[in-house]
Amino acid sequence: MSTEIKTIENLANSEYKYGFVTDIETDDAPKGLNEDIIKLISKKKNEPGWMTEWRLKAYKYWLTMKEPTWQNVSYPPIDYQDIRYYSAPKSQAKYKSLEEVEPEILKTYAKLGIPLEEQKLLAGVAVDAVFDSVSVATTYKEKLSELGIIFCSMSEAVNNHPDLVKKYLGSVVPYTDNFFATLNSAVFTDGSFIYIPKDVRCPMELSTYFRINAADTGQFERTLIIAEEGAYVSYLEGCTAPIRDTNQLHAAVVELVALDNAQIKYSTVQNWYPGDAEGKGGIYNFVTKRGACRGKNSKISWTQVETGSAITWKYPGCILQGDNSIGEFYSVALTNNYQQADTGTKMIHLGKNTRSTIVSKGISAGRSNNTYRGLVRIGSKAEGARNFSQCDSLLLGDKCGAHTFPYLEVDNPTATVEHEATTSKIGEDQIFYLNQRGIKTEDAVNLIVNGYCKEVFNELPMEFAVEAQRLLSVSLEGSVG
Amino acid sequence: MLSVKNLYVNVEDKEILRGINLEVRAGEIHAIMGPNGSGKSTLANVLAGRDGYEVTSGEVIFEGKNLLELKPEERAHEGIFLAFQYPVEIPGISNATFLKTAVNEIRKHKGLEELDAMEFLLLIKEKMKQVNLDESLISRPVNQGFSGGEKKKNEIFQLAVLDPKLAILDETDSGLDIDALKIVANGVNIFKQQNPDKAVIVVTHYQRLLDYIVPDFVNVLVKGKIVKSGGKELALELEEKGYDWVKDDETVSEKV
Repeated sequence: MSTEIKTIENLANSEYKYGFVTDIETDDAPKGLNEDIIKLISKKKNEPGWMTEWRLKAYKYWLTMKEPTWQNVSYPPIDYQDIRYYSAPKSQAKYKSLEEVEPEILKTYAKLGIPLEEQKLLAGVAVDAVFDSVSVATTYKEKLSELGIIFCSMSEAVNNHPDLVKKYLGSVVPYTDNFFATLNSAVFTDGSFIYIPKDVRCPMELSTYFRINAADTGQFERTLIIAEEGAYVSYLEGCTAPIRDTNQLHAAVVELVALDNAQIKYSTVQNWYPGDAEGKGGIYNFVTKRGACRGKNSKISWTQVETGSAITWKYPGCILQGDNSIGEFYSVALTNNYQQADTGTKMIHLGKNTRSTIVSKGISAGRSNNTYRGLVRIGSKAEGARNFSQCDSLLLGDKCGAHTFPYLEVDNPTATVEHEATTSKIGEDQIFYLNQRGIKTEDAVNLIVNGYCKEVFNELPMEFAVEAQRLLSVSLEGSVG
Repeated sequence: MLSVKNLYVNVEDKEILRGINLEVRAGEIHAIMGPNGSGKSTLANVLAGRDGYEVTSGEVIFEGKNLLELKPEERAHEGIFLAFQYPVEIPGISNATFLKTAVNEIRKHKGLEELDAMEFLLLIKEKMKQVNLDESLISRPVNQGFSGGEKKKNEIFQLAVLDPKLAILDETDSGLDIDALKIVANGVNIFKQQNPDKAVIVVTHYQRLLDYIVPDFVNVLVKGKIVKSGGKELALELEEKGYDWVKDDETVSEKV
């Protein structure tokens, strides 16, 4: 084998930088899932009766469902009774300032390079940090509330804004939606809730860092974002998790609702523990994300950079109900070692002149498998609907795989649907060419990969784009030379 | 500048170079000529440090340094440039980004300040003119969708921008029409004229490139050995008599 190929494999074999475990006492529920556990979760969170009922309805429905098997990933069967569904840091007091937060937690954030401190505030980012299942710090809330913006944890929203939660929770992803979303509906622990009132433009990027910490604790986030008529919000979600031997299940649900002329931009950088070089451990990331463009001229953009998790199963989609509404999906998915990703989007065109754009960039290294799966459905009433899809795959080395499954369902003859796909490979010829011009191999790979992802990075907010580039470098970094 | 001594190289366990000796002094232009399969491109690639070539014995000294111990990028930093026979396409990276990275890597190595966007732009504008490179190519992905002639011009453009000490042209004339050939040769001559200490190794099958890049020495490579060396007139003699002439020579010398 040539040294270039070996180098690429070394790059792909770099160790996960963010693996460590924070030592704080947790308040755990016993392992297993039954009605009592769900009632316990609901009680721990002081939820009203209607919420408990909703959870139980979901649980009963879940019992009738089967785990999906159509996706292009394989993993040992999950024992849902062997998972702990609730875990919260012991000290549950709400903090007013960072000084009150346990130093251990702050240290964890520091290690992750998350500047929760003053820099972040000065940078204009309000942070709602979810540490395991309970929010430990929320900032900038007051400034936002002056504008009528609600940015809080889902638990708080259930208690403080029950009418909004009742109206919108499950309205985009119903509790009957799919196996993992239904499970989430029954046992979700926390997440973010955002409400932007009519004609308000949220003045800063809202962001949440998720982190799975306690061993064997399934993380079931539930996020709901509502943009009223003419409102705008940009939301960033980024996450890392510590090294674990056993697989951790993550089944999040995100629902977005955009009314007339509203715009929601949702950006994700996902870097959960992908498992070690032999494919042991790592997060199972089974996520349901969906946005509803309910109003006319509304717009929802999903941008994701997925580098982590042993398995990623995720199709952020848009339901384009309102006339002239726009859905966008920009994705970079990087897999290496034994990682598996089956990701893509769903664009459902229902309204007239609805438009969607899909740009997917898959990067496979090591022995990983990277699948793009996308659905574009043009309903019979979607006069003049248009879609453009571009799905590119980049292979590093010769043991990885890239797959593309585009599904097109067009029921209106006036619609225009375009699909482009390419597959390319970083070859030793390319690396040598760059070497010969004075660029070392690691930089050469980064140059190629970043160039390839540029279209997607351009969609990320500035600071996130920098972080994403760094993340790709770290994911590909190794013992070069 | 470059001293190759008794160099033996295997490719996939097959002996391709069999005792090459070559001295290139500052300011010299050397032509390496030879029939197909004689090892010309192997020599060019070994000098640039390409993987897959196993040096079994001999040494290569460049500016007092043991070249064979250096990685390809380190050789580039030291001032070795290879114009590729088949320039590689790199989707996603613009020619400009690629070249700016390369220029600054080399400058960093020399202890010079990195060029900022403006300085770089001025530099490439000047060099683009020298090789008649269409300005639109600079923002396109490296070599992607370039014609054969554009790719070769792009190589010479990079040569002009990176300004190495030793330029190795590996069959740069192949696939070029006469106009492109003249432009490419002109680019090389400008590179040479701007600093008389630069050296050039021209690897070619045909004599016609040497009408435009006039060599000081012509070395004829046959079956992995330099069987004949001489001045520029040797190229013309070869053109006239064909490689069989020197091949016979070699057979004779082997028999003796």
